[in-house]
Amino acid sequence: MCLAVPVKVVSIEGNEAEVEIGGVRRRVSIVLTPEAKVGDYVLLHTGYAINVVNEAEAQETLKILEEMARLDEIH
Amino acid sequence: MKYIDEFRDVELAKKVVGRIEQLSTRPTRLMEFCGGHTVSIMRSGLRQLLPPTVEMLSGPGCPVCVTANADIDKAIALAGLPDVIVTTFGDMMKVPGSYASLQQARAAEADIRIVYSTQDALQIAKDNPSQSVIFIGIGFETTAPTIAASILQAESEKIKNYYVLCLSKLCPPIMKALLDLGELKLDGIICPGHVSVIIGSRPYAFIPRDYGVACVVSGFEPLDILMSVEMLVKQIETGKPKVEIAYRRGVNPQGNKIALELMDRVFEIGSADWRGIGVVPASGLKIKKQFERFDAEKAFAITLEPVREAKGCICGAILRGVKTPLDCKLFRKACTPEHPVGPCMVSSEGSCAAYNQYESV
Repeated sequence: MCLAVPVKVVSIEGNEAEVEIGGVRRRVSIVLTPEAKVGDYVLLHTGYAINVVNEAEAQETLKILEEMARLDEIH
Repeated sequence: MKYIDEFRDVELAKKVVGRIEQLSTRPTRLMEFCGGHTVSIMRSGLRQLLPPTVEMLSGPGCPVCVTANADIDKAIALAGLPDVIVTTFGDMMKVPGSYASLQQARAAEADIRIVYSTQDALQIAKDNPSQSVIFIGIGFETTAPTIAASILQAESEKIKNYYVLCLSKLCPPIMKALLDLGELKLDGIICPGHVSVIIGSRPYAFIPRDYGVACVVSGFEPLDILMSVEMLVKQIETGKPKVEIAYRRGVNPQGNKIALELMDRVFEIGSADWRGIGVVPASGLKIKKQFERFDAEKAFAITLEPVREAKGCICGAILRGVKTPLDCKLFRKACTPEHPVGPCMVSSEGSCAAYNQYESV
């Protein structure tokens, strides 16, 4: 029910954005994320973008995971 | 980066499991609060992969499942009124109330329509100006801002036939209620990722402080959950419980300020009726007086029969984490996804539905 999926913003018009989900396009509300820009990924929940996905943090998380995996190997 | 496949890398997952094995030296009991986490854990088989020291319990984080029979009865009674169209998320259709489900009410000629978004409900209201359109507003903090936004939009666009049956519920207060019940000795909680997109991580601060229970806000891919388990185990092993965020690409400590402001404009805190737990003060949202003309409970008079609970159904105990679906005598016998007795078998995120789909006999 609290499902939200990352989707790419293709275009923006006022409070609405066109996003791409697995090759399909649909219009969603960006009233909760007015900072969203074309090219951003947003988390889409019941027709509303609830946040802009932070790419730098995603890269950092993957680095932390790699580090956890490395610690597993050396022990 | 598409933010999905990167977090499903099986080889990396195996190594993170290995790391958790190294760190975990004592029995550790964790609750994944959110039904979305339960599904991801079951689907990817994480429960079996984790070392035997780490026990995972499912929590009450499924809005459909925690909706009380009394509230489903209200939705069905509203649908029975003349010139009313009830709109609802699809998950709610098959949930049995005291006497019927919305699906059965629809078969008996009530006009009940499944929507994906409050935007769709608003459109139905615009398209049917001579009828009253009521949205069944279930959900946690993730969904509440979208309901608030719809009410504000109805006001600004002067859509006068749009109403909400507000059943929104709040997560931190129910976590407190569960901890106060004292039925479970929890060491850590995997906090809900998309609720936290809205509220941030700060509202969980009381959990480590007052209860000594570790908290990590998690994303929903297998690697997100494993990373959260690693962080929880590390907190627990070092005896330093705190609130951490593993899902940093989506969650920051402050949450979504705009969403919180919209909620604050439209809603006030009130009590909520939770299946299996009961009425919990300050655990739900009510529509403020200023917007009461959109409140279906105020706008329509309905009469309700006494509430009845299904015999033998243990959804309540499952939602509190004290029982699993395998403890239920009805599971996979009298209660199946086709003929559900309780809501945990209806919602795709319900524990019973997840166990039914992914757990072998």
